Amino acid sequence: MRQKWIYVLLGLAAVLLIRNLYVILYVLPDEKEQGPIYRVIFFHLPAFFTAGLCYMAALLASLHTLLRQSSRADALAVAATEVGLAFAAVNLITGMIWARIIWGIWWTWDARLTWALICWLIYAGYLMLRHAIEDPTQRARHSAVLNVFAFAAVIITWKAIEWWRTQHPGPVLSIRGARGAMDPAMESMIYQNWLALLLLGAVLVALRLDQERVQREVEALRRQAHAKA
Amino acid sequence: MVREILVVASKDLRTELRTKESINASLSFALTVLLLFSFAFDPTAEQVRQISGGLLWLVFAFAGALVLNRSFARERDNDCLEALVASPLPAWALFLGKCLANLVLLVAIELVCLPVFGVFYNVNWARRPLPLLAVLVLATWGMTVLGTTFSALTVNLRLRELMLPVLLYPMIIPVLIAAIELTTTLVAGEPLQAEQWVWVRLLVAFDIIFTSLAVAFAETVLIS
Repeated sequence: MRQKWIYVLLGLAAVLLIRNLYVILYVLPDEKEQGPIYRVIFFHLPAFFTAGLCYMAALLASLHTLLRQSSRADALAVAATEVGLAFAAVNLITGMIWARIIWGIWWTWDARLTWALICWLIYAGYLMLRHAIEDPTQRARHSAVLNVFAFAAVIITWKAIEWWRTQHPGPVLSIRGARGAMDPAMESMIYQNWLALLLLGAVLVALRLDQERVQREVEALRRQAHAKA
Repeated sequence: MVREILVVASKDLRTELRTKESINASLSFALTVLLLFSFAFDPTAEQVRQISGGLLWLVFAFAGALVLNRSFARERDNDCLEALVASPLPAWALFLGKCLANLVLLVAIELVCLPVFGVFYNVNWARRPLPLLAVLVLATWGMTVLGTTFSALTVNLRLRELMLPVLLYPMIIPVLIAAIELTTTLVAGEPLQAEQWVWVRLLVAFDIIFTSLAVAFAETVLIS
């Protein structure tokens, strides 16, 4: 039953992505100042939003793990963080490609770039800690605590770096108060592609959850076997 | 309450003063890094003025990780950690006591590094001693609270010496930015500008937020 839902969602995501790619590449015109490269934004921003949602889901799952000692919530935390890291990587890499064309450099120590990289490192540290802890109960509790710390650090780092320096283009979406900064057709495409990436993200998280469940079963069986031997 | 914290802190400091295992390693490491920086950058007097904060705080962060690593690792021998957890101390008092001991050790190491830095790089660093000390304490406390928590999280791991810096450094970046900005100004002997107070506020906020989080989760981290 669950497998079926995953396939349905995956099919939806694939259809939507192909249709979006068609619109992005053939229907929407080049941007007036940036030329064709502006199309990166249709993946850059949605990937960032998806990663952000994943991190938030991981935070909620971690809090749930701490309060209720639920191993399913722990599985969700690791699944969401891993998928979030993948989307954050898409965000970083598409951003670097855009920067190479528009700014002429791959990287600059601008506020948002620096922050995105630090977030990536912090959450990569979370996954590394998980891999290092062998006992499942301890792994769940300790990594949940680390996740809460990580989220707080991410917020504070954002403020700190904003005061430090800023070069990244300002907000372009109308919901961020930048009305009229972007053509409505282009802006709506960003949201449509976000939907596609969100679906893809949900499929990835569901697959990862299944893996995590199977892995736990295997670990439990192995412990049983050791106990009998 | 305060007594319990002080008991743990004094126990840790006494152990450390008798064995001197982490303070010796950490100090000589800090001095070596100070020396290496002079080869790496060969700075002029003007350059030293500009990079003093960054140089000092990188040294402090490297040396700090060594001390923080030992904080809980020291309790592994003879199952001391189990005894501490089983004692009537509340977990947060045990945790704050360890933080306090680490703070004292780290600030002591920093206070030894500063004159050495002054001699090696020909800087009169002590023109604003009290504000500088305040910045040292505030920023070191932020580093200590996170570091002690992560030291507890990683104490049972095979790779703990590697895990602690990997977890700690990205998360203390706000503290380092603020401390570097403030230290550079103060070591140069200038007063803090009005717009630099934002960094002092950042340090205070960071300390409060993470101290509360660490205290709230002390029991989860220590007893499991």
